[in-house]
Amino acid sequence: MTVASSSPPSRLPLRGVEGTAPKPKPGKKRERDGGGRGDGALAALFIAPAMLGFLVFLLWPTLRGIYLSFTRFNLLTPAEWVGLDNYDRMIHDPIFWDSLTVTVEYVVINIGIQTVAALAIAVLLQRLTQSAMLRGVVLTPYLMSNVVAGLVWLWVLDTQLGIGNEIISGLGIDRIPFLADETWAIPTIAMINVWRHVGYTALLLFAGLQAIPNDMYEAAKVDGASEWRMFWRITMPLLRPVLAVVLIMTVIGSFQVFDTVAVTTAGGPANATNVLQFYIYGSAFGRFQFGYASAMSVALLVVLSAITVLQYRLTRAGQTDLG
Amino acid sequence: MGLIVLITLLPFYWILRTALSTNAGLNADPTNPLPVDLTTSGFERALGLQSAEEAVAQGGAGGGLDFWRYLLNSTIVSTLITGCQIFFSAMAAYAFARLRWRGRDKVFGLFLAGLMVPTIFTLLPNFVLIKQLHLVDTLFGIALPTLFMTPFAVFFLRQFFMNIPREVEEAALLDGAGKIKIFFRVILPMASTPIITLSVLTYITSWNDYFWPLMVSYSDSSRVLTVALAVFRAQTPATGVDWSGLMAATLIAALPMLVLFACFARRIVSSIGFTGIK
Repeated sequence: MTVASSSPPSRLPLRGVEGTAPKPKPGKKRERDGGGRGDGALAALFIAPAMLGFLVFLLWPTLRGIYLSFTRFNLLTPAEWVGLDNYDRMIHDPIFWDSLTVTVEYVVINIGIQTVAALAIAVLLQRLTQSAMLRGVVLTPYLMSNVVAGLVWLWVLDTQLGIGNEIISGLGIDRIPFLADETWAIPTIAMINVWRHVGYTALLLFAGLQAIPNDMYEAAKVDGASEWRMFWRITMPLLRPVLAVVLIMTVIGSFQVFDTVAVTTAGGPANATNVLQFYIYGSAFGRFQFGYASAMSVALLVVLSAITVLQYRLTRAGQTDLG
Repeated sequence: MGLIVLITLLPFYWILRTALSTNAGLNADPTNPLPVDLTTSGFERALGLQSAEEAVAQGGAGGGLDFWRYLLNSTIVSTLITGCQIFFSAMAAYAFARLRWRGRDKVFGLFLAGLMVPTIFTLLPNFVLIKQLHLVDTLFGIALPTLFMTPFAVFFLRQFFMNIPREVEEAALLDGAGKIKIFFRVILPMASTPIITLSVLTYITSWNDYFWPLMVSYSDSSRVLTVALAVFRAQTPATGVDWSGLMAATLIAALPMLVLFACFARRIVSSIGFTGIK
């Protein structure tokens, strides 16, 4: 989830420093030489399954995905090279741009609210109580699948029978067709996913808060600082690196929204929730345009990489004030 | 804080309340905080224990979905993925953390770069591959792409293996134990806590996965719970959504994870920080 790794591990002082290790071909299984004393052979053996998985199901599909984006491919006949056709089509496809806009709108609402709420929960957990029980409770929605979360809220927010709308109409306000209205649908889906992920995000931030020495709060209290002031002067600056990493993780996750849309609105009403991932899925499995779908995936990949780099720069994630 | 707990937990109660109500009751009395006409017919429908006529009469679709079967499928897939993925990742993590071989840091860097590729990007090409392997619509096909490793699991376990005091290992070496034996007898037992945490999280993730199984499975033989729920939802009868049956099915899908979590809650909650950061 994060790439917080720093320097390479120190060299291990092993017996047999002679370096009989065979050439590093960790991907291939090598016959054990010299009775298996050399670490190289053993390492190759230990790493073989993971390397197989990495090459076949991660590296190869990544390269293949990029290749397919330059082809016309319907799964039945071999892929046919068409150069930049798919990208050309994408740039002139109003549905693609619309879908990208909808996705960005979703991400902004989802991440904006989720981050603030998670931060609030994390700080409350840190300053008020250290209860593990409570931390368990806020994590429960995360144990549900997106599908389950989507269905539950679909029911709670149902226009006719949902308890949410019953309460709203009980208050004398008109019923809101949360998931059936073009304006409401995206914010509603964003909120459903906030409900599912906020606890997990809060616990990640809480872990970051644990690293802040309690003395700092004690000292600030002696100086008569309010909780509000301590939050801005101590918590926020010291939490920043953790917050940045969490933000990058959650934004990347948020851009990949699919499940909730698929079970609640299926892209509707009138494409109002046709998020990018849903459009990509439809292009591939509904219209069998695997080449075009791949091109859009590459676009998403580029967007995500750009955001990661940008966020990393802006929030100076690499630096930590704790030293 | 009370409000947060309320918003977090109330939907769970509402699932249970709805699942134990009849559809007619839900229509007549939507605000009743207790189950309306207490019944288990929703569960019977979800588990395929009702005949089609019975189901239709009670507001179901009569589509003959059998959640026992999907429960079994989900269990098989998640168990297979978790068991193999964690074991293979642990082996690789050990090689990265404790074995000495040329190119180790470069290969590890490559694995780390894998973290940067969003899972979703590999799904389409992986589907093409699974199709070429003729594994579409099989449980094995669903499990295969994440069977061997995830960069995260390798990275996560390597961190823990590196923190195990080297003296322990050296003592075992002096006793004449081989590296393989050390891995099984020393490293794995000493890292049991992070391994259990990672296993539970992996289990939950694969149990809850929807997008990938949706691509791969087409029939009952490989349908997992998440996909089945969406199918159930799509089979809306003319009389309106079968909320009672749907919520019962939802509960069946969610309950195992709640139980699993309850068993390991303390351990997971306190190590969440490590899974996300560092």
